[in-house]
Amino acid sequence: MEERFKALIIDNSDSIVNKWMEEVDRLKSNNYTASISDELYENTNREFVNVIFTSIQDQGLSKVVEEFTEKIINLGWPLSYITDGLQVFRRVTIDYLLSQTEKVDSNHFSNVLSSVDDWVEPLIRQLVNEYSGSWENILSLQRVALQELSAPLIPVTDGITVMPLIGTIDTDRAKLIMENLLEGTIKHNSEVVLIDITGVPVVDTMVAHHIIQAAEAVRLIGSTCILVGIRPEIAQTIINIGIDLSKFPTRSTLKKGFTKALEITGRELVDMSSKNQDIDEIMRLLKGD
Amino acid sequence: MDPRSCVNIQKEWDIVGARQLGREMAKEIGFGTVDQARIATAISELARNIYLYADHGQICFEYINTKSKKGILMTAVDVGPGIKDVSRVMQDGYTTSGGLGAGLPGVKRLMDDFDIESTVGEGTKIKAIKWVK
Repeated sequence: MEERFKALIIDNSDSIVNKWMEEVDRLKSNNYTASISDELYENTNREFVNVIFTSIQDQGLSKVVEEFTEKIINLGWPLSYITDGLQVFRRVTIDYLLSQTEKVDSNHFSNVLSSVDDWVEPLIRQLVNEYSGSWENILSLQRVALQELSAPLIPVTDGITVMPLIGTIDTDRAKLIMENLLEGTIKHNSEVVLIDITGVPVVDTMVAHHIIQAAEAVRLIGSTCILVGIRPEIAQTIINIGIDLSKFPTRSTLKKGFTKALEITGRELVDMSSKNQDIDEIMRLLKGD
Repeated sequence: MDPRSCVNIQKEWDIVGARQLGREMAKEIGFGTVDQARIATAISELARNIYLYADHGQICFEYINTKSKKGILMTAVDVGPGIKDVSRVMQDGYTTSGGLGAGLPGVKRLMDDFDIESTVGEGTKIKAIKWVK
């Protein structure tokens, strides 16, 4: 039964393709592909319909389908282009098959429907799966990329390390911050760790709680933690909400925090040029000028 | 912008969505940066409570315009387990999740008007208003 329809469709592919092209062309304005040039659109349509026919002929999910999906994904066309195209194909083919018989009873009708569905559905499934697979892939790559950025630890000089935090802190990131902080402090043998929250948009009780815990943990392994980059509005919010940060040192900017860190480690910044001037002065005096 | 916008809270990242919407609306109506930070923090606390204790819920924002003053109203609604002793959760330092226990009393201090209704087994509804000064 099915073979009969298949032969009929393949023999009359030209008229089906023409009808399909017409219908898909009409869809162009409302499935977000309006900005695509007519030529590219038509070529792709032709390729699409060829892919559909190849997969019907081969009775299976061929490599052609995969390649075509990849092309559409690379072009950045919406998924609706593919699903609409296949829906139109289903409709056009059913219309065609029904118009070929004069007497249409319910048995014949359901035969046609199920045969066409059997061809089109696996195709839709494969195309949609590949499409969403590519999204999931991008998403997981971005998640990895984001994670790499989320809690960097920078050794600045001997004994001083900075962790700049930018963006929202969620539970996963808070865990990562804690781990990196402790691991890094031991690895770099840091006496002072500066946590810079200039780029953290909101400090609520959860964020504060995690920072307090991290600082406490750093204290346990024998180092000092200084919280820097507290913007004025964040300072006011922390006071309003009632978070107690009195237990560990804070500074408004990374610069001030760094100076404090040098002080703790028994060093200071010295301006070389003024020192040279001083020496010049002494030399001149010694010469008795 | 719509007079009333809502954000569903289901995933942890929805907290960020709610915060951004609230901050945007606060900015539009003329709050300064400090009040914007206060509002964003309050939203963060309320949204996190929904995420932590009620699994899912909704936060809605509305502009309030009266003759004398204008402001923003946020309503956090969930159908979670409810709060057994409301006066207790409003005390500083009370927590069931190992946090700081400053969330709800903190929100009350961050905002101007604060109202909480909760029924055990039915859910919690919190309304908070901040006025533009």
